[in-house]
Amino acid sequence: MNKKRLIGPQSQDKIFKLFAIGCTSIGLVVLMVLLANIITKGFGRISWSFFTNLPSRHPQESGIYTALAGMTSLLVITMAVALPIGILSGIYLQEYGNRNRFARIIEVNISNLAGVPSVIYGILGLQVFVRVAGWGNSILSGAFTLALLIMPIIIVSTREAVKAVPDSLREAAFGLGATKWQVIRKIVLPASFGAILTGVILSVSRAIGETAPLIVVGALAYVPFIPEGPMDQYTSLPIQIFNWSSRPQQGFIANAAAGIIVLLLFTFILNGVAIYLRNRWYRKISG
Amino acid sequence: MNKFLLLTTVMLNTVLLSSCFKEYKGRINIDGSSSVYPLTEAVAEDFRKENSDIRITVGVSGTGGGFKKFLRGETDISNASRPISTHELELSRKNGIEFIEIPVSYDGMAIVVSPKNSFVDYITVAELKKMWSPESQNKVKFWKQVRSSWPNTKLNLYGAGTSSGTYDYFTEAINGKPKASRGDYTASEDDNVLVQGVSSDASGLGYFGLAYFTENKDKLRLVPVKYNEHAEAVIPNDSTVQHGIYQPLSRPEFIYVNAKAADKPYVQEFIKFYLEQAGKLSREVGYIPLPEEVYKLSYERFTKRITGSVFENKSVVGSNLLQLLSIDNK
Amino acid sequence: MPKTRYRKEKIIEWVMILCSMVSVLTTIGIILVLSVDTVQFFKEVPFARFITDNQWTPLFEEKHFGILPLLCGTLLTTTIAVSVAVPMGITIAVYLNEYASKNVTAIIKPLLEVLAGIPTVIYGFFALQIVTPVLQTIIPGLAGFNALSPGLIMGVMIIPYITSLSEDALRAVPNSLREASYGLGANRFQTAFRVIVPAANSGIVVSVILAISRALGETMIVAIAAGQQPRLTFNPLESVETITTYIVQVSMGDVPQDSLEYRTIFAAGITLFVFTFLLNNISFWIRKHYLQRYE
Repeated sequence: MNKKRLIGPQSQDKIFKLFAIGCTSIGLVVLMVLLANIITKGFGRISWSFFTNLPSRHPQESGIYTALAGMTSLLVITMAVALPIGILSGIYLQEYGNRNRFARIIEVNISNLAGVPSVIYGILGLQVFVRVAGWGNSILSGAFTLALLIMPIIIVSTREAVKAVPDSLREAAFGLGATKWQVIRKIVLPASFGAILTGVILSVSRAIGETAPLIVVGALAYVPFIPEGPMDQYTSLPIQIFNWSSRPQQGFIANAAAGIIVLLLFTFILNGVAIYLRNRWYRKISG
Repeated sequence: MNKFLLLTTVMLNTVLLSSCFKEYKGRINIDGSSSVYPLTEAVAEDFRKENSDIRITVGVSGTGGGFKKFLRGETDISNASRPISTHELELSRKNGIEFIEIPVSYDGMAIVVSPKNSFVDYITVAELKKMWSPESQNKVKFWKQVRSSWPNTKLNLYGAGTSSGTYDYFTEAINGKPKASRGDYTASEDDNVLVQGVSSDASGLGYFGLAYFTENKDKLRLVPVKYNEHAEAVIPNDSTVQHGIYQPLSRPEFIYVNAKAADKPYVQEFIKFYLEQAGKLSREVGYIPLPEEVYKLSYERFTKRITGSVFENKSVVGSNLLQLLSIDNK
Repeated sequence: MPKTRYRKEKIIEWVMILCSMVSVLTTIGIILVLSVDTVQFFKEVPFARFITDNQWTPLFEEKHFGILPLLCGTLLTTTIAVSVAVPMGITIAVYLNEYASKNVTAIIKPLLEVLAGIPTVIYGFFALQIVTPVLQTIIPGLAGFNALSPGLIMGVMIIPYITSLSEDALRAVPNSLREASYGLGANRFQTAFRVIVPAANSGIVVSVILAISRALGETMIVAIAAGQQPRLTFNPLESVETITTYIVQVSMGDVPQDSLEYRTIFAAGITLFVFTFLLNNISFWIRKHYLQRYE
């Protein structure tokens, strides 16, 4: 029964701890190396002209103006579509539909949609928006495709936000004679506003980073012009980065790195705000 | 408080949206070959400097893809690294699309390997055929099978995708029949992918337009080509291509202009600018300029609106542009 | 309640129901869109050939429509990613839950979330421009496009998927089990791996399944760094093409609508969808079942 161990129980603990710290560090080290590399490669290219230039065959004269324009118009339309539908769905699922089969079907559904690869959304958008609806390779097609993609995120975070509002608040309002929608509008929504906003910000962060579905619905890689309207062709920052990283010339690699710095800044700021909001809201609700 | 938030959001969005859009006075849609693309892009970009309210878009759907759009009337100019095919000519007649064929530069298609490759000194057309013919699919997998003195390492091939004019030309010149090629290689319409692939693969071999080699000279090694066992091994450069010595992989590159679009004044300016700059810009992007006389004949073709292709029922492999244009322009 | 207010409430409720229907419509849409063209595809290409042919050359003269090379590429990169992410992810989850102090956890968790939030095109750039050259110095003969480099980076990218769910699962294990184990004289390592992890195994399994599903569907990292040559191989040092890369590649070219070549997108897409759909549903049901164990 008493087997002699090569590694004593104390050292077992210590070795594992070291191993675990090692693993954690690898993830973080990779992140650091990635950031350091990208900053060294791309920082030199960051300048006012980088933001205001159109793409060019000369890497030094190439800029992300059209990519930013495309990204902004995409975002505005995507959010205008996804937010109302997503938030209302989330509220419905949480406040109204807890017990019936319909709501349970939708729940499985949303969990599925959240796990569908983004290219598949691209294929869906290709058939439905680009071909059947006839919108072609326009900002509208891209925006609607992205809207479908981020909707599960908004729905789930709205649900979580609404779920966290204490029932006592609701019951107090009902006791005063309020209708269901009044309770939602005046009590639940304001209370969950911070958490919903967090979900919205996270979905924005996801939307600006998507590349594959936009390529499938026809976003171009080289767009040396500013779109003339929502039905026009476009590009976005990740696609511009993709285009530049496929070009082997050193100059374009620097551009790709600079574009990545800009994209990362957006992502980090958005995620940072979301995390901050979530912590603040969590503290507010729990105490 | 909520209403205020809503109002600011709407205003902000309107401002953002309006700054993302712009109005243009004229539009030129160009699509087609990824080989001709660097040249047309360079011309379009320089043209844009003087004419910023004319919008020029240049797509890279490949020569075949470009023609499809062109013949549906969706584009004004089609970049092509091979002449219009018989089937496409039929389609143009059926759809009522008249075009002006304008040669713009020469390309000496480059056969490249990685700088790490130490054993390839030259390659013959027969060897290229062995590497790329449809019968070699899944059979010819090692360098040794092509030439016994080469090592027994894996043969990794990189080449043009199927809607590319480079693909059509290469397969016709090497395999004897356009579009006849093995399928098990890294195929891409994006020549940059091919450059990436070959440059980092010691067992790789690829083909693409000379411009992509010139842009990435430090990453690739050019392989001289022997037309047959007795010929000299030739490297593509200005003189070997212009004088037809680098065979069979020297080819002219074209733009096809929609005859209706040619009536627009800004299109006329663009074409004039193109042919004026093509010599200088070809060199800049790594291609080989046409002789001056051919540029003059090309421009004459445009101003006289001579439609149709000089390559109807003729093969472009080994052709002489000066002759063909002088005869047809009359 | 006055009649008008009642009607208003009902209208609002119906608006919300309609909004919820959008998600159902999306799923139906995906299944329809993929199936319709796939059925057309299989009218021209027999299903048996689709799953047994070992070449994928739909655009060339000698047409082959075997999905195996693409499937192989997808599975190869996913396997590499998962073999990196699972051991590291579970180790980190155990460490954060059983060993680390609250302060350490408070720093590391957000950092891992950041890892998951980085746009994948950036990871792809990293794999091609930085990881591959480094690997090439260690492994001579490594091609510029290969499965190893994107596989490793994908692995790092999906670690957060595993740690976050595993950590939740580990945390849900009641303390009584831990205390019983310590009471019997076990150290932390033994407690963690012989008591807690087995108790949380369904949650951990769910996290692994979701991570696999994520890796299968990844596009940009492999599109940039793995190559565009469909190849039936298990050698991670060669260039391969995944299902996702193929879809993007065909979309960037110009393939005519309603042609057999165009329909290959749908056949490839539905193959991918079937895998991820199955995995997602399995994990959903395990999660539903597992949640009841400790309530």
